[in-house]
Amino acid sequence: MSTARLAQDGEHGEHGEHGAGSPAPSYGFPGPLWRTLERLRPPGPLFRADLWRSPLRGPWLTSVLASVLLVGLPVLVLTGLLSYAAYEPRFPGNAFPADPGWLRLPDFSWPARPSWLYRLNQGVHVGLGLALVPVVLAKLWSVVPKLFAWPPARSFAQVLERLSLGLLVGSILFELATGVLNIQYDYVFGFDFYTGHYYGAWVFLAAFAVHVALKLPVMVTALRSRSLREELRTPLSRTEPEPPDEHGLVAPSPAAPTISRRGLLGLVAGGSAAITAVSIGETLGDAVRPTALLSPRGRSYGDGPTDFQVNRTSRAAGITPEVTGDGWRLVLKGGPTEVSLDRAQLLAMPQHTAELPIACVEGWSTVQTWTGVRLRDLAALAGLAAPSAGVVRSLEQQGAFAQATLSGAQLTAGDALLALRVNGADLSPDHGFPARVIVPAAPGVHNTKWVREIELRA
Amino acid sequence: MRAFARSYGASPLHLLALCASIALAAAAALRVADDPARLRYLAWFAGAVVLHDLVLFPLYALLDRSAAALVRRQRRPAPGSVNYVRAPALLSGLLLLVFWPVISRHSEGAYGTASGLDQSGFLGRWLLLTAALFLGSAVLYALRGRRA
Repeated sequence: MSTARLAQDGEHGEHGEHGAGSPAPSYGFPGPLWRTLERLRPPGPLFRADLWRSPLRGPWLTSVLASVLLVGLPVLVLTGLLSYAAYEPRFPGNAFPADPGWLRLPDFSWPARPSWLYRLNQGVHVGLGLALVPVVLAKLWSVVPKLFAWPPARSFAQVLERLSLGLLVGSILFELATGVLNIQYDYVFGFDFYTGHYYGAWVFLAAFAVHVALKLPVMVTALRSRSLREELRTPLSRTEPEPPDEHGLVAPSPAAPTISRRGLLGLVAGGSAAITAVSIGETLGDAVRPTALLSPRGRSYGDGPTDFQVNRTSRAAGITPEVTGDGWRLVLKGGPTEVSLDRAQLLAMPQHTAELPIACVEGWSTVQTWTGVRLRDLAALAGLAAPSAGVVRSLEQQGAFAQATLSGAQLTAGDALLALRVNGADLSPDHGFPARVIVPAAPGVHNTKWVREIELRA
Repeated sequence: MRAFARSYGASPLHLLALCASIALAAAAALRVADDPARLRYLAWFAGAVVLHDLVLFPLYALLDRSAAALVRRQRRPAPGSVNYVRAPALLSGLLLLVFWPVISRHSEGAYGTASGLDQSGFLGRWLLLTAALFLGSAVLYALRGRRA
């Protein structure tokens, strides 16, 4: 059976009062139940189709918005899942949720090149997610008459479909809300962001896939009913309602239009553009960062060599000058003998300089010039030239990312460093003095600061 | 098959696809069933729908209808003149909605822990953006009036 047939069947019984000349509604089993439900319409205007007056609502408008989401939302899901994979969840403690069970991703080694890979992934994920907020809101506005349609169902098929739509709308709003809150450090939801956002994405994926399967033919038909190019040339004076439809979207008694369809689409696009304009600077880099007027990472720290975005201050991490002073040692474990190095010994080793980004899961990033010892030189010094993994531990006692496990690919990448200096200056306390890890293409929090120990595995 | 479609209300494939989808969603939800915060996940999931459908949507729909009604009370309202209020109000409201945590300084504590900065500047920036949006709209409205 084709998906067209699938969708047609799903539309059964939604004809009802909308549109003159549409066939009489049909009821599933048991008929008396659905007929009784239909008679039990609550009093008041809310569940009456003529409450909805906008002359712009209709299958074409909904489908235009849907087609934007049909492209954008899969990109969001994909970049989100890739971000989870970038945390290398096969190593314990690296990613949250730690064990997604059946919903785990196939194991693969996240590449350590190109260095901008994670930066691009998260820039797209967060930037696109923000830009789609007005599109999702407009899409929901365009179908709101269906939420209050009476009867809510005329068959079990429609009950199931409404349940699934509840999951779809719930999950997209849940994902947008938690994402928007998390990038602004607002943890008011009170659960682990990563865990909620990950499983919420699976709920969304499940509901989205079936929604697309059911509605794609309807969307294609509706898109063909009007020309987008023609619509973008139609001013308010020539704006007419869409013809009566079988979906219950077109208002039965529409008011006179106060905005054209192109005006409405322009407002939605303008909303996306406005959100992007005040936030994208935090992703594009330090030169344009001040344009990110409303995003938390739009603010500058100054123009010194270590004046760039800080993710966790040394104070918040409980790092004191006593533990980072002359007594500090880097300990390399896992080789034939334990190796202990002070900062002077590290500075005496061959130094490598690389331009690498810190790219946060929150979408912001900053590219700096780091100098230090290659991690693979440290591994060789420890007697394990080709480690399979290495646990990097911080002086920090608490914090979800006080340690991170790097893969063999990350440890042996040419630009992967234990950085001692940045932009020609010693690291500042907030940037991880005396030494921090910086690995190309790794999520920001895996670039462990205030490193005390690296435990390599053969 | 026809009898099934008539009593269920759609084809068997419809039923299978929806059952698979709802089961996958339930499997995902089950992963947090033992989480101490399980009720919070549920509350945020359901709350997001309720807040959107029963608070946010009615609120902006009501504001929009009120704006349209106000404009209609003008002596000779030009068609579409309401959009000169609608557009800046909508854009400003959207920015407020999306960036509420920093504008309201609600997340200042965690933000300070992470970045070492405070959130003092964001409300002023949003107000200036709002002023610019309304000013821009006013200029466009005035220019339009001159042309007409």
